[in-house]
Parts: sequence; structure tokens; C-alpha cells
Amino acid sequence: MAQFQPLFSIENQNLLTAMQPIGPLHDGPALPRGDWRRSGKPFLFHLLGRIGNAQIGPLYLGGLGVASLVFGMLAFNIIGFNMLASVDWSPLQLVRQLFWLALEPPPPAYGLSIPPLAQGGWWLITGFLLTTSLILWWVRTYRRARQLGLGTHVAWAFAAAIWLYLVCGFFRPIMMGSWSEAVPFGIFPHLDWTAAISLRYGNLFYNPFHALSIVFLYGSVLLFAMHAGTIMAVSRFGGEREIEQILDRGTASERAALFWRWTMGFNATMESVHRWAWWFAVLCPLVGGLGILLTGTVVDNWYLWSMKHDVVPSYPQVYPISIDPALLGAKP
Amino acid sequence: MSRPLIFTLRTLQVLAAGLALVALAACGERPPIVTKQLGYRGTGMEQNVNPRLEAVKLAANQAPATPDEASPDGPKASEVYQNVKVLGDLSVAQFSRHMAAITQWVSPQEGCNYCHNGENFADDSKYTKVVARRMIQMTQHINQDWQKHVAATGVTCYTCHRGNPVPQNVWYKPADRKYTENSVMGDLAGQNIGAKSVGLSSLPNDPFTPYLLGNQDIRVNGNEALRMTGAARNTHSTKQAEHTYGLMVHMSTALGANCTTCHNTRNWQEWTNAPPQRVTAWYGIRMARDLNNEYIVPLTDTFPANRKGPHGDVAKVYCATCHQGVQKPLYGAAMAKGFPELLTLAKPASALPAPLVDAMKTVMYFDIGSPLLQGPQAAGMAQVIATLQATPGAKVTISGYHSAAGALDQNQELAKQRAFAVRDALTTAGIAADRVVLEKPLSAEANLAGEDPAARRAEVTVTTAKPK
Repeated sequence: MAQFQPLFSIENQNLLTAMQPIGPLHDGPALPRGDWRRSGKPFLFHLLGRIGNAQIGPLYLGGLGVASLVFGMLAFNIIGFNMLASVDWSPLQLVRQLFWLALEPPPPAYGLSIPPLAQGGWWLITGFLLTTSLILWWVRTYRRARQLGLGTHVAWAFAAAIWLYLVCGFFRPIMMGSWSEAVPFGIFPHLDWTAAISLRYGNLFYNPFHALSIVFLYGSVLLFAMHAGTIMAVSRFGGEREIEQILDRGTASERAALFWRWTMGFNATMESVHRWAWWFAVLCPLVGGLGILLTGTVVDNWYLWSMKHDVVPSYPQVYPISIDPALLGAKP
Repeated sequence: MSRPLIFTLRTLQVLAAGLALVALAACGERPPIVTKQLGYRGTGMEQNVNPRLEAVKLAANQAPATPDEASPDGPKASEVYQNVKVLGDLSVAQFSRHMAAITQWVSPQEGCNYCHNGENFADDSKYTKVVARRMIQMTQHINQDWQKHVAATGVTCYTCHRGNPVPQNVWYKPADRKYTENSVMGDLAGQNIGAKSVGLSSLPNDPFTPYLLGNQDIRVNGNEALRMTGAARNTHSTKQAEHTYGLMVHMSTALGANCTTCHNTRNWQEWTNAPPQRVTAWYGIRMARDLNNEYIVPLTDTFPANRKGPHGDVAKVYCATCHQGVQKPLYGAAMAKGFPELLTLAKPASALPAPLVDAMKTVMYFDIGSPLLQGPQAAGMAQVIATLQATPGAKVTISGYHSAAGALDQNQELAKQRAFAVRDALTTAGIAADRVVLEKPLSAEANLAGEDPAARRAEVTVTTAKPK
């Protein structure tokens, strides 16, 4: 403890993995009958070993993985070719305007009916393909976890994200009676949709579920920083071997716990901090989805709703009062 | 072990710094950015200004010097020159001064012959002359009837033209994609392409056709917290909100202003807690719509094909046409004051509509500035009197209205006097005073801008007491 420590030392900042143990490569445990074979002969990749594990492969693709990739690639290609067509098949413009381009849902006039291909039909097909792909991939994460004898925490966390995706693009449009309420597939266009839905429904910042979602989003970031910082800080004592530390608390775990008890009087344990992080991450899309689901279907104007229920204060009048000219009976 | 890692870190630092610089440069707007607080603290009511860019704008938006006044004496222009249809009341000296000014404003390179046939100045064969004449009338109309937007500052030809025969900021309906016909893929849905008209966003890039030419709902917010049913339901879609957003982005870029210049950041729809500029802007939208429909589009056949857009439509006005990046065009220089001939529109005397006689309602019309029931309008009164005499239990409610032209306080008095005129006519005819109710309407102003014979009216509603 009394040993001199330099103020700033690269070694202990854990920027990159400093040590790469090299041993015989292995496939992992044998898979039960009926499963596919793992593909690829495992090999070592030194540079990747600096940021993660140096062993690449083997990969388990499986029937679900293949099906998911097929559906996903179809969706990706339909979006891509529609974007290409929208710039008159110019590859240069596709690259230049990529962030602006989109595959747009049908216009409001079509409601929930099946629109012509050129007016949102492709969007509907793509939505189906992409959703199928996501759900197949979800089943795959569930099955892979089960085959390894793990819990299904990752699958359920993924399901929370799929929930938000389905609320925005499927459940809410159906409840609103119009596909046009859904999100376009495109980089800036989906951001414009986000701004527009907030403007239309009276400012989403007054939606309490949106507020909760932000709490869990920023909370996740905070927890991630606290936990990752703690573990890296004690890695000089072997703290990165968290599982061992959970079973047999060593000096790394003790120091990490002491740090937080001294700093804020309370500390999570080596195990419970991950529960904290998992719930924060999962609740972010879960409550966010609830907020979107209620927008337009139940609440038409979140600002007025918030004022009605005293969620927010009103502010003093600082401008001379203006009266809406449309109320003055001034008809063009 | 640590040496190569330090090297890696340095490299990363240099790389990150380089990337940050590139990212900053890509933003296009070098600091400083000065934030001015406009509203209550903590509400985000701020205006962001870059003094460096502001100085450039200030230099580029200066009004030219006003020429010396000309003598009003001597014969009128219409008496000396032929085919003078506007500005004919000016003296020859004033007329020449005006023509010289227009040349400087609109065609300084091309000179008089841009509009005139050099052989015969009275000749109307050049389309530019026909357009210019109509544009003079439009300028007069703006200054006279749209003071709610342009205030007493007014506009001149220079406000839009700035020395260009065609103002630099105009809009056409955008061109279609090359392969739109029979295309099953790549529908742009009027958006999703980087368009300058909406500040290079991917928002709907022609928000002008529906709002500045057509009369679609710009307002998408409702007045109820919850979703209502039936007629009370706010049926505006998120896509309509994107169109409105497109128009607002245009307004913001055209004025070099932030959203907060007009809107309360917490609640876009709210008027009472919004800056008063929003009212000016509201009239501005209606003004642009009025100008496009009444003055610009009717000139479509006058313009040659090379002046038209991809859909054969004429160049139309929007906010940027006058504002050109500045909240008050030319920084509020009151140029029009130097050209009084541009301040009023010589209007032909408009005949009043015949009184409207309905089973329940009678409407009578008044002359400009007059509270007198005259001529055929008295026929409407005769009908009301007959109804009241025939139905002893019936009562009447009278409301007076005025047009938007002129000062509001005088107009309100005028509307009241119009209601009084109707009441007095009834009592003179022997109708008991307790059968007459005067009702001040929510707004006595019955049109948006300028004179409208239909707005200068009094309405009489007959209510029959229900038998008990």
C-alpha cells in the first residue's frame, strides 16, 4: 500500500488489453443432436486481442441465424434500392444523400389498408421482413443462451428494444388507424419523425414516460461509467476477473466496495451492480415504448395534459399578451 | 510494454484532435455565438446570434439612398404620357423620379429598356412592363392593406429585387424525379432529399404549395389534453406536422431567426405566452398567400416560358423573398416613406353587395368609413321591420362589423355606430327598445386585410321567443 504510485501511468489506465494469454483454441462444449455444426476453424487475431478476445470463431449460425439474415438482407436491400431509385439510380447521389434518403410509410389517406408498392407498399413489406428478422434473431439469442446453460437475460434485454421498435412501427400505427403514423426507414427522416411527433402531440418532454425513459437512459450511462471505472481501477489487483471475485472476494473487490462506501456511504456488490445496470437498460425502452403508445392514442397534447395534472409549473407572463388572430374572426 | 502504448495514446490524441477540427469545420459556423435571453429564465427563450456573420448580413442588407424629392407642380404624368395606368396622378417630375428609382432597384444593368420599348415608351409589348405595372399595384396593396405585417415601414420594389430583375429568393414547385412515371420504387413523398428550401433538412421540401398558395391547416396541435372522439377529435397527422415543420424551417432560415423568436418553447401552439412577433408572422403567412394568389399567379400567362419553373408555374413569393436572412428586411429601413406614391392603392369604387335577407338573419352593408344605411341597404331594414311587426314576441340582436383597413380604435367605434344606425332605424319605425339587443361580436374585424365590402356590415338576427 505504501508503495509509490506514479500520478499518471498508461499501464493502469487499461486503454488496451495488456496481456494476451495464448493457449490451445477450442470450439466450446459439444452441441446436442439436431443442432447445426459450428462453422469456421478458430484462429487468433492479435489486434482484436487488444480490445477483446484474440480468438475468432467458431460461429454458430444455425437455422434461425440463416433465416434471420435472409429476412434482414431482403429488408436492407428493399430499403437500399428504394433509396437508389429515389435519386434516379445515381450511385453517387446515393452516397452523397444517404443520410437524407428514406423509405417512407404510406400517406395518411391509406389508413391501415394495403397501399400500392410505390406509395408505402415497400415500406409495409420491409416492416414485415425486418420484424421477422429481428424476432428470429431474438429466438436465436434465447436458444444459444439455453444451449450453454445460461439464463436468458440478454434475450429479454433485446426483447425490450424490440418492444420499442414494434410500438413505433406497428402497435401505435394500428391503434391510430394509420400506417402513416409509423417511422420511416432513413437516418435524418426518422429523426425528423421524432421531432414531428413531439411537435404534433404537444411536446414529448411533457410525457412522464418519456421523462422516465430519459432517467433510465442517463442512469444507464452513469451506472456504466461507475461500474466500468471501478473494475478498471481495481484490475491491477485482478478485479477484472469479476466472477472469481463474486465467489471469493479478494482485495480488488474489497477495495472497490470500500471506494464507494467512502464516497457515497453505500456500495453495490460485485453481483448486484449488474442487476442495477440490466434493469436500467431494459426499463429505458420499456417505459419509452409506453409513452409512445399513449401518444395520440390516449393523450393528444402532452403539454396540456401536464398542465392539467400540475406536473409542471406555469411561468410568469413576460411578453405583452398576444391574441391568436384566427380567434378574432379575421377570415381571409 | 508501456512505450508502444504511450505512442498509441499520442497517435490517438492527435487523431482525435484532427477529427474534432474536421467535425467543427463541417458545421460551417465558426464561433462566437452570442446567446441573448428573450424570455423568463430557464425556459430556453433565447436568440442565438453570431456577431461575425451578423456584420456580414448587416453590410449586405442596406437600403439605397432616397433620391431628392421632386416638385409636385406641373401637369400630371397621365396627361403628358400615353398609356399610364398606374402612378398617373404624379407630376411629370415625380413620375420621372419614380421611374429612375425603379430602374436602380430592379434593372440597374439593363436600364429603362428592360421594361420599355426604346422607340415607344407607351408600348406594352414587353412582358416585363406588364409585370412591373402589376407589381407596383402589389407594392401599394402591401403598404396599404397589410400594415399588420409590414407596419408603417412598408416595402418598395427594392425590398425584394435588390438590383435584380428577378428577385433572388423565389420559389417554384420542385421538379419531379426523372423516373417518376410508372415507377414502383423510390417515392420521395415530397421529402427525404437535402433541400435548401427547408434548410437542408429532409423535411417536406415544398411546404409552400399547401400553405402559401393553398389554404391547408398549418396548425396541427389541438386544444384538448386527451384524444377526443367525433368532431372534437384532432385529426392532424404526424406527417402534417412534418409539413408545418418544413414551413417553419423556411421561415426561420428566411428571417435568420430562431424558433423562439415567435414561439414559446414549452408549448408551440400557445399565444398568450409567446412573443408578439408571432402575430406579425401569422399575418405574414396570409400576406404571402394573398400576394401569390391575387398578384403573382394571375400573371402566369404573361411570363415567357424561360421565367417559369419545371411545372410551368411562375416564380412565387415566400418569406425569404423580402427578408433575405434578416428578421426585418433591410434592417427595418423605412424606405417606402420616401415614395408616398407606393403607400396607397388607387382603388376603383366598389359597389356594395345587396342586403342579405334570410329567414333568421339580415345583413346590411356600409360604405368605406361610413355608419350610414344608404340606398338599397334600407330595403334590408324594411324586411326586418316587417318581421318584427308581424311577430310581436320576436326580438332582434344587432352586431356591427368593420374591415381591417385603417386604425383599430376608430374602426371599433365605426362598427358600434353601424349597430346603432340599425337600432335607431328600428326604434324610429316604432319597434320597442326592449326588443332590440346590441351584441359586441368576439371580433368586429371581419376580414384579414384591407377593404372588403362584405366586411363592412351590420348583422341583425331575429329570435322568436319559444312558446311556454
